[in-house]
Amino acid sequence: MTYALEIRNLKKTYGNGFEALKGISLNVGQGDFFALLGPNGAGKSTTLGIVSSLVNKSAGEVRIFGHDLDTDLVAAKKALGVVPQEFNFNQFEKVFDIVVTQAGYYGMPLGQARRNAERYLRELGLWDKRNEPARMLSGGMKRRLMIARALVHDPGLLILDEPTAGVDIELRRSLWSFLQDINAQGKTIILTTHYLEEAEALCRNIAIIDRGQILENTSKIELLRKLHRETYVLDLGTKPERALDLGDIPCRLNDDGLLEVDIERRVTLNTLFERLSAQNIQVYSMRTKANRLEELFLDLVTQNKAEVDA
Amino acid sequence: MSAREKWVAFITIVIKEVRRFTRIWAQTLLPPAITISLYFVIFGNLIGPRIGKMGGHDYMDFIVPGLIMMSVITNSYANVVSSFFSMKFQHCIEEILVSPVPNWIVLAGYVAGGVARGLCVGLIVTLLSLAFTDLQVHHLGVVVSVVILTAVLFSLGGFINAVFANKFDDISIVPTFVLTPLTYLGGVFYSISLLPEFWQTISLGNPILYMINAFRYGLLGVSDIDIGIAYGMILLFIVVLFSYSLWLLNRGVGIRK
Repeated sequence: MTYALEIRNLKKTYGNGFEALKGISLNVGQGDFFALLGPNGAGKSTTLGIVSSLVNKSAGEVRIFGHDLDTDLVAAKKALGVVPQEFNFNQFEKVFDIVVTQAGYYGMPLGQARRNAERYLRELGLWDKRNEPARMLSGGMKRRLMIARALVHDPGLLILDEPTAGVDIELRRSLWSFLQDINAQGKTIILTTHYLEEAEALCRNIAIIDRGQILENTSKIELLRKLHRETYVLDLGTKPERALDLGDIPCRLNDDGLLEVDIERRVTLNTLFERLSAQNIQVYSMRTKANRLEELFLDLVTQNKAEVDA
Repeated sequence: MSAREKWVAFITIVIKEVRRFTRIWAQTLLPPAITISLYFVIFGNLIGPRIGKMGGHDYMDFIVPGLIMMSVITNSYANVVSSFFSMKFQHCIEEILVSPVPNWIVLAGYVAGGVARGLCVGLIVTLLSLAFTDLQVHHLGVVVSVVILTAVLFSLGGFINAVFANKFDDISIVPTFVLTPLTYLGGVFYSISLLPEFWQTISLGNPILYMINAFRYGLLGVSDIDIGIAYGMILLFIVVLFSYSLWLLNRGVGIRK
């Protein structure tokens, strides 16, 4: 099977001796929506930098749709579109020119480049701004411009490094919708993000990287199964007059009538509600205290830090 | 990439470069026109008649080729060094690095952009000179070939400067402390035959002397040095600088981590 991205024993040591990647390996299947998660300095950007030829690797192999970066670089690059974390276009150029010029770097004839640019600028809501210098765009529009630019040569694999950083909720949702659409059309997508609810909402498979090593690389469903405990917040309206007794379910009640309960995987929510009902406690709403993936992510990273420090 | 795709990529870079320097024409095309006009007025019209003949020609006629070449040299260099460094500074260089365009096409594209600006400014200065003197062309082939080769050479120089530059100060050091002195001492305003023998010998180590004299030969038919040697020097420098620039690009010096 040919993977969209195949990384084997990838290592990177910078000139100052810092070992950013310690031999990571991972596969991303064709058509996947994949998240690469990790704290700052974990090695995410270095990995994506190597894949996109912006960083020289120290050792290892990278293949994009079977094309090795060392032996078949042109084909590998043609199959890849990159949306970096930082704005990296000429702020004084017009939006349309930026996208068309990028297509030209891939050898795309001008007519086709203009049609593709129009298509993606329209889909990303930037067509009305096509003649504006890029510096006149808002932050969200600049992010969408980089996505249009990355797609203009129709790559099979799209890599997005923090695509929704600093973007308002409405725009974030519209970007999610756009990415889901192009993924449904067959494009493989890899993203890094600090918003773990983003990874949970969009991605089918997730790798967690920390200190240059892959800690987890599995499906989102499998990953969430590893979550042993979740904390829920229940709105009881007012604080009950009597002290609550939920048995072996740890709970904390604050003055606003908000009850926090820690539910182990072996305990069902039915048990919790049976115990609340037995004490005639009404529940008006309920939510998880933190994003599930966030809890798991923090657990893994904290555990890894403890192991490395030890 | 196929040959056609490479051509598209090359033209894309050239068009982008030409669009850049024409968009900011008040910074790129206007200043050399004003500066060189002042040279024509002061050195040609006001001081020139008092100097008399130089190399068998009126002083104004003698300095025109040198001033045209001076503008070509400084502008072809300045275009590539400022454009490529800005690309690095704004990280726009990543647009090219992620694409499959070969390094030699990248280099050729930027050099062509520098040549385009050098020729553009050279043409403007030449047209301005017509207001001060009747320009003669002794050998059109030499004029065209020398000006293009010189623009190529200094575009390559600007590229190497940009690769090593880490801050904006770094792109003005070479033009200020190397390029300008060599140009002024390269026979723009005088014939080296006026110099004592020792300084004539020293001047022969200045590559710009060969370019200015070759160009002057094309226009006036006079030169302090042999034209064949001038071509040889220019071509040798082009080969060396092109090879070095390509090596830097292939190694990713200054542009890849």
